[in-house]
Amino acid sequence: MLRLPRFALERPRTVAEAVALLADPDREALLVAGGTDLLPNMKHGLFEPDVLVSLEDVDELRAVEVDADGWLSIGAMTTLADVAADERVVARAPALAQAVSLISGPQLRTMGTLGGNVMLDTRCQWYNQTYFWRKSLGFCLKKDGTVCHVVAGGRKCVAAASNDSAPALMSLSALVDVEGPEGRRTLPVDDLWLADGIWNKKLGKGEVLVRVRVPPQAAGHRGAYGKLRDRGSIDFPLLGVAARLDVGDDGAVADADLVAVALAARPVRVRGARERLVGARPGEASFREAVEAVADEAHRRLTPLENVPGDAEYRAAMVPVYVRRTLLAAAEGAGPVHHL
Amino acid sequence: MRRMRSLRLKVNGDEVEVGAPDHWTLLEVLRYRLGLIGSKQGCDKGDCGACTVLVDGAPVLSCLTLAALAEGREVTTIEGLMPAHVARGGAGADPVQDAFDRCGALQCGFCQPGMMLSARALLDRTPFPTREEIQQALAGNLCRCTGYTQIFQAVEQVAAEAAGIEPAEPTWATYREAGQQPSPRARGVKGEDA
Ligand SMILES: Cc1cc2nc3c(=O)[nH]c(=O)nc-3n(C[C@H](O)[C@H](O)[C@H](O)COP(=O)(O)OP(=O)(O)OC[C@H]3O[C@@H](n4cnc5c(N)ncnc54)[C@H](O)[C@@H]3O)c2cc1C
Ligand code: SF4
Ligand code: FES
Ligand code: FES
Repeated sequence: MLRLPRFALERPRTVAEAVALLADPDREALLVAGGTDLLPNMKHGLFEPDVLVSLEDVDELRAVEVDADGWLSIGAMTTLADVAADERVVARAPALAQAVSLISGPQLRTMGTLGGNVMLDTRCQWYNQTYFWRKSLGFCLKKDGTVCHVVAGGRKCVAAASNDSAPALMSLSALVDVEGPEGRRTLPVDDLWLADGIWNKKLGKGEVLVRVRVPPQAAGHRGAYGKLRDRGSIDFPLLGVAARLDVGDDGAVADADLVAVALAARPVRVRGARERLVGARPGEASFREAVEAVADEAHRRLTPLENVPGDAEYRAAMVPVYVRRTLLAAAEGAGPVHHL
Repeated sequence: MRRMRSLRLKVNGDEVEVGAPDHWTLLEVLRYRLGLIGSKQGCDKGDCGACTVLVDGAPVLSCLTLAALAEGREVTTIEGLMPAHVARGGAGADPVQDAFDRCGALQCGFCQPGMMLSARALLDRTPFPTREEIQQALAGNLCRCTGYTQIFQAVEQVAAEAAGIEPAEPTWATYREAGQQPSPRARGVKGEDA
């Protein structure tokens, strides 16, 4: 039995009210959306706010829309189940729909939201544990302690960004709109991250993620998501890979992107993937060769740590496999790449 | 500011009023205020699905649902399946419960309330699901005993009986009701004799 620590629940009706509650200097407040990340963490004694500010009643956070210029906007409180099933998302942002469809299990996708997923706390096998478990080990840097159990002598937490939507949104060059005490601002999802496992976002704790906006993609856009995990039914990623291929009228790749998650504190773009893939023609040998070169490059550059469960050597060996399969799936307009 | 709230909930069709502090989950209110202990407290952190209940017809985890946020929603627990079935003009237990029983879809029973509610929700939206749809719908409900096969067969049994046909794959019910033992030997499976 895991009890939640005591707190008072607030239910604002607008984003402005939520921002005001977060700014209260007398009470430490945290936002809760679906609660599927925060509540287990609170049950583990990782957060003990005085107040939880539920976004449940903030209707303006729920809409999914496509505007006249073809931008797809998804409100932060849209559930993962609704994102994955939305035909506009499937058509315009296939990698996102696929990634979200593989997050956790059915009940959690009905409860969990896209905003909560973007804002997911980083994960580590030494951190996502009960208070008793963590205490037995003398705690760690990220919470209550002074050492890191992943990097001996490490002074910086390397808990892993483990949100499946993040690499997909980065591959789509998405933007996020956030609202805080200073008003609204927009920033690229690419610029949302810090390489710090303790708090891996450039957002202030008093800011509310309002929505995610995906720009219109090229006519020949193809995207896919690949996910390695222990149990295909429910687990967090041991590795996640989002791929984008924009295939031109001439049948050659005009632009490409590849972003991975569950490695370090922030999602990681595979540098050099674009250069190797541009000009290759899906269906021809040139593409297969480019994919192999990108898989080799990713294998060299992406180094899994002993932060999330799963042997790091095994996860490293799976990097080229998932990169290759995900790129090939994207080229065929298929995916997601996963196992049951 | 630590406060007790008076919550008005609708559980299994009944309007109930309970007092609970803000940090209580729906699971705690169901079990420790309303005495509805059919919803199980397994992992208590989202991993197992034993606490699954239906909120407005959709399966959710009551161990991660704040009780206060269930106000104004329709909550269905395992205790509510049979009364709802009877209210719809049926007799006896919900066909899902009946099929789980007849198909040997349980051993210790701990996963069953959640499993049957996920199955009921699936059949309400997809009356004739494929095996894959059943697997997907039950993916958030862990069973440590059965190996899942009889559970999937039980859901298929419900769909088949609703259509008035035999299930595509024979279930324990098929053998039992033909007077045979539902053992591997009776099923003619080679090399699996117990
Ligand atoms: C068993 C299990 C398996 C899981 N598997 C996966 C998985 O495979 N992949 C994965 O990515 N996740 C997984 N999750 C985590 C979680 O279910 C999802 O990430 C979900 O999308 C989180 O959304 P939420 O609405 O529940 O977030 P919450 O728990 O409500 O919030 C998460 C964090 O985001 C903050 N937050 C929420 N909304 C906003 C907002 N609008 N603005 C600013 N901050 C906000 C909260 O303060 C909190 O810090 C799993 C969880 C469990 C319990
Ligand atoms: S990487 Fe893990 S063990 Fe190291 S400080 Fe971060 S959470 Fe703790
Ligand atoms: S008790 Fe709720 S998921 Fe295990
Ligand atoms: S019957 Fe024991 S867990 Fe499913």
